Amino acid sequence: MTKRLFMKGNEALAMAAIEAGCRYYFGYPITPQSDIPEYMSRELPKLGGEFIQAESEVASINMLLGASATGVRAMTSSSSPGISLKQEGISYMAGAELPGVIVNICRSGPGLGGIDASQADYFQAVKGGGHGGYHIIVLAPASVQEMYDLTMLAFDLADLYRMPSMILGDSVVGQMKESVIPNKRPERNLPPKDWVVRGKGDGEQRVVKSLYLGDGELEAHNWKLHARYGELKAKEARWEEFMLDDAELVVTAFGSAARIAKSAVMAARDKGLKVGLLRPITLYPFPEKAFLAATERCKKVLDIELNAGQMVEDVRLSVARDAEVFFYGRPPGAGSLPTPEELLEQITNYYV
Amino acid sequence: MQQVFKKPVSLKDVQTHFCPGCHHGTFHRLVAEAMDEFGVQKRTIGVASVGCSVFLYGYFDIDVVEAPHGRAPAVATGVKRARPDAFVFTYQGDGDLAAIGTSEIIHAANRGEDMTVIFVNNTTYGMTGGQMAPTTLVGQRTSTSPYGRNQGKDGAPIRMAELLAQLEGVAFSARVAVNNPKNLMDAKRQIKKAFRYQAEGKGFSFIEALSSCPTNWGMDPIKANERVGTEMCAYFPLGVFKNAADL
Ligand SMILES: Cc1ncc(C[n+]2csc(CCOP(=O)(O)OP(=O)(O)O)c2C)c(N)n1
Ligand code: SF4
Repeated sequence: MTKRLFMKGNEALAMAAIEAGCRYYFGYPITPQSDIPEYMSRELPKLGGEFIQAESEVASINMLLGASATGVRAMTSSSSPGISLKQEGISYMAGAELPGVIVNICRSGPGLGGIDASQADYFQAVKGGGHGGYHIIVLAPASVQEMYDLTMLAFDLADLYRMPSMILGDSVVGQMKESVIPNKRPERNLPPKDWVVRGKGDGEQRVVKSLYLGDGELEAHNWKLHARYGELKAKEARWEEFMLDDAELVVTAFGSAARIAKSAVMAARDKGLKVGLLRPITLYPFPEKAFLAATERCKKVLDIELNAGQMVEDVRLSVARDAEVFFYGRPPGAGSLPTPEELLEQITNYYV
Repeated sequence: MQQVFKKPVSLKDVQTHFCPGCHHGTFHRLVAEAMDEFGVQKRTIGVASVGCSVFLYGYFDIDVVEAPHGRAPAVATGVKRARPDAFVFTYQGDGDLAAIGTSEIIHAANRGEDMTVIFVNNTTYGMTGGQMAPTTLVGQRTSTSPYGRNQGKDGAPIRMAELLAQLEGVAFSARVAVNNPKNLMDAKRQIKKAFRYQAEGKGFSFIEALSSCPTNWGMDPIKANERVGTEMCAYFPLGVFKNAADL
């Protein structure tokens, strides 16, 4: 029997990273994710890996860039203001087609804001975040088990598609304790890393770069990256469906908001309302097809987020033409987490 | 007949894009010669920075990672930690290393990362058209100090080789120039020494290379070369500021 552990989301994430083969971690402390560097600083040296507490988030993402260019599995983690600092490096990694896992256990902002759970970094995560018009893979766990499983997946997807991937969580999934089954690393065919810098030996010179100045070179490079985003959309979109078959109203939410929304959906079912939940697990690629399919029949969607409305734009772009999309959200801050009762009231309002 | 002078194996046989009289090309050659002498070309990973030297992978026949502006020491840290057997160096200008990248260089040096940093100081931002750098001399006119650098307003030029020598993690720190044959020969010796520190795992080694930038100084190559030996050497003395272990 596989053993079951009771642990914090942040720890499950760190444990999964190590199971996925991550041996290099570079970071800088910030609440509510500091359990991750703490875990890595304790465990990596035992495995012959390296933990570096960098002087800043700017340095840590660039250490990740360097390590990743040599082909090893490496990770950095932070929270909102720190992720803003990492954007320069994330853009360079995207430009240089470098894998690597970046964790954002979001806090509330803008600015210094607070340390409460928030989903206000959705735009920053899925719309590029840094300069240059790129995308990265974005996964949104809603449980401690998913903190574990999606982290492992994040490493594989990053290697498969040669691009950075991000775990977008918040202090609810990061700090809560739940039981988790620490699954073994799944077998997956990954392409050989024949592009890494290694000291050329008797081979050809290799250069990891994002500078393309020749005639038409950069455009060709960008089209290549964009084709890869298309492939991601076709193959890697993931979502959860809950009681959608006969639903008259589709509720959608991601991450910790989806947990509260699910309670509200179950309460609505108890009252006889035909309501279901569609939870995006990959935020990039966004599960567009799932939304289109769900709204072929059911024309009402209520999007719930811990912000003033961000994913709702992607939902609107994905649903059937004649579907109506409503939004309910609370900009984050102390005491602003919506209750299941509050969401049930919203569901009831839009259901009629 | 015996051949006494040839192109280093670590350099490609191509023309560089550097302006006439620029010392970047000379430093490329000295670095490549040191690489040849240590026989490290095949296990070298260079980290290119942003500035006139960004194309160094077009000239050096080695593996290279390109870093964002100023971040080369952090990128090199990641490379070296993941590949401790590789020979790792960064090559950075003064805008890159002494302005936007001050934090990265100080902390990589302080950690004693086992790498070599070649810091080319030409007292200006060459690539972007000759703006004021942290190393611009007091009174020097640049495109953003049209009245001359004013110490009261802009601060005094930073002496990086001396500053870094203060840090425990630094094993070797020296300032060199190539404005005359004697300095050039000495520069070659110091670069080799810096490389030997890394080859022997003795820690962080730093070479500040005083360099000309005729284009942005508005001088012909000969005048620019003279300025390195006079004005620049007067404020940035050549020499070794830290030599932690006897080599
Ligand atoms: C974040 C960022 N800021 C500014 C620039 C523009 N930039 C390119 S090169 C450069 C200055 C380089 O000067 P230096 O490091 O002294 O090298 P040199 O060109 O003189 O050899 C600047 C500011 C950039 N590429 N990235
Ligand atoms: S601009 Fe200056 S530093 Fe750049 S290549 Fe020309 S002379 Fe050299």
